[in-house]
Amino acid sequence: MVFLSNLVNGISLGSIYAIIALGYTMVYGIAKMLNFAHGDVIMVGAYIAFCALQYWNLHPLVALLLAMVFCTLLGITIEGLAYRPLRRATSLAVLITAIGMSYLLQNLALLIWGATPKNFPGLFSLGAVSLFSGQLKISGNTLLTIAANIVIMIALTTFTAKTKLGKAMRCVSENRGAAELMGINVNRTISATFAIGSALAAIAGVLLCSAYPTLQPTTGSMPGIKAFTAAVFGGIGSIPGAMIGGILLGVIEILGKAYISTELGDAIVFAVLIVVLLVRPTGLLGKAVREKV
Amino acid sequence: MKTKRSKLIYNCVTFGIIIAAFILMQLMLSAGSLSRTMKGQLIPICCWIVMAVSLNLVIGISGELSLGHAGFMSVGAFTGIVVSGWLLNAFQMENTLLRLVIAMAAGGLMAGLAGVVIGIPVLRLRGDYLAIVTLAFGEIIRNVLNCVYASVEGTSLRLGFLNPNLPGTLLLNGPNGAVKVGKIATFEAGFILILITLVVVLNLVNSRSGRAIMAIRDNRIAAESMGIPITKYKMMAFVTSAVLAGMAGALYGLNFSTLVPGKFKFDQSINVLVFVVLGGIGNILGSIISATVLTILPEVLRTFADYRMLVYAVVLIVVMITTNNPKLQSLLRTPAQRLKQLFRRKQPADGEKGGQAA
Repeated sequence: MVFLSNLVNGISLGSIYAIIALGYTMVYGIAKMLNFAHGDVIMVGAYIAFCALQYWNLHPLVALLLAMVFCTLLGITIEGLAYRPLRRATSLAVLITAIGMSYLLQNLALLIWGATPKNFPGLFSLGAVSLFSGQLKISGNTLLTIAANIVIMIALTTFTAKTKLGKAMRCVSENRGAAELMGINVNRTISATFAIGSALAAIAGVLLCSAYPTLQPTTGSMPGIKAFTAAVFGGIGSIPGAMIGGILLGVIEILGKAYISTELGDAIVFAVLIVVLLVRPTGLLGKAVREKV
Repeated sequence: MKTKRSKLIYNCVTFGIIIAAFILMQLMLSAGSLSRTMKGQLIPICCWIVMAVSLNLVIGISGELSLGHAGFMSVGAFTGIVVSGWLLNAFQMENTLLRLVIAMAAGGLMAGLAGVVIGIPVLRLRGDYLAIVTLAFGEIIRNVLNCVYASVEGTSLRLGFLNPNLPGTLLLNGPNGAVKVGKIATFEAGFILILITLVVVLNLVNSRSGRAIMAIRDNRIAAESMGIPITKYKMMAFVTSAVLAGMAGALYGLNFSTLVPGKFKFDQSINVLVFVVLGGIGNILGSIISATVLTILPEVLRTFADYRMLVYAVVLIVVMITTNNPKLQSLLRTPAQRLKQLFRRKQPADGEKGGQAA
């Protein structure tokens, strides 16, 4: 029973990683850049929701929506101001800019909300579900997180497969030059990707802080790195890969902490990533690109 | 292509600047015109310069993006602290200079070993995958160091993993790090370490091996078909860089009275990466200058208190955009080009000669 409850907790944490990883993987697939500021967008989203709930006493759903709208705008602004001028620059230059953006967001949050951790109020007070005559209790939040993950995955897969914008995104990620020649507005497509990724980051931020209610300016950085790891784990650029990578990573982290060592939880996660990459150098679902000589 | 002469000039300028800066610092120290915070920054600056130059060897010369450089530094730092504490407690070695040298050598050795262990799997990967795995190794090192305990009992060194109950004098205390470290690092040692680093890196770059490493960076497949063993040369650059980082780490660790493994988080690797990129990838002198400036900058900005990291972030973004955006670059280049043309009219033959010799 303890194992089952650990497993459910792992899936729940993994779902949060998966939602964040989706943002990483979409941006990487399309703009070919590691958006290090993504983790901090999560933090901003959580702060916005926190303000909406605590100070403005809004309905939780409205708070979530507000956070999503704000993060979407933030994502588009970041992309337009910092990343668009570097479209043709080396990936390292873009990486450093993203790191700078990450510092900027963290320090802005530090100035606005201060360094003292905020206690994030529970978003929805859902009752726990008891299974096996009360031996296994699953909190409403956990179920909500897993449900949100499933909904997002289905929505996103349908979006990229069916809609015009989704198809454009896939085109740009496959071959930017050819997509441009086919009349696809590359800049707008990349902006849209950032918008979707950032909106997902807001959801992830709210879910993350509902599960682990301490909110401070550095809240997003470690989940950000873990989610990035998850994206690579599943094969960066692949949407189902990010899902699988995120959930596996969450399960491994929780089970590792529970059964091997609490202190070594993170080390176990990263060790598994390394082993996976050694066996499959492009991640679980990543496509191996043949080199032409 | 750089000619031999221009390389010699570049190396002389690099060494000259370092030696001149050292003499200037010594003069200012003896005149007492350095503030206390600046004095405290001298040894860390030396360490960060070595870190930046050694990371530049991996990123600029070998062309691999490594995000776990702070991991090697922490291996060096904690090895250095343990060795120094062991020598002091077990053998009553009071000579601080000798202890520092042995500690730094041990730190470099351990970091080099870590470099070999990490390099074997990591260097099989490419690009962003390599970056994320080095990041992962950096985090693993920090996590593992959080669980290491060490103590001295009599003349024997005892190590414990996840086991804080060790007999004797405690040297390392898991997540609480090293306590009661002897502050034996000196600015002179830092200066000599920089010189060693420069001799090693500049000689490596201008050697047969260095050319092989750069050939691999420029075109892996072409280099391989010319018969250059890829793994050997990549490992050479990676391990050399790790050893230097370990030595810098030992010096850094022995400069503070306490040190926790949490100090070497992922952020520190990123900071060193920022030094390298802002200084110019592959440019050793650039790394030295940017490491110095960017270590001092937050201290100078201390008057802005809360805003200093904000300013740092904005500076970072603005510098990256202005130096990498083609439009802005051409705007910046126009006046520079005019100057160059003026210059060329005076000495038209000089540039061409250099080109032919290459």
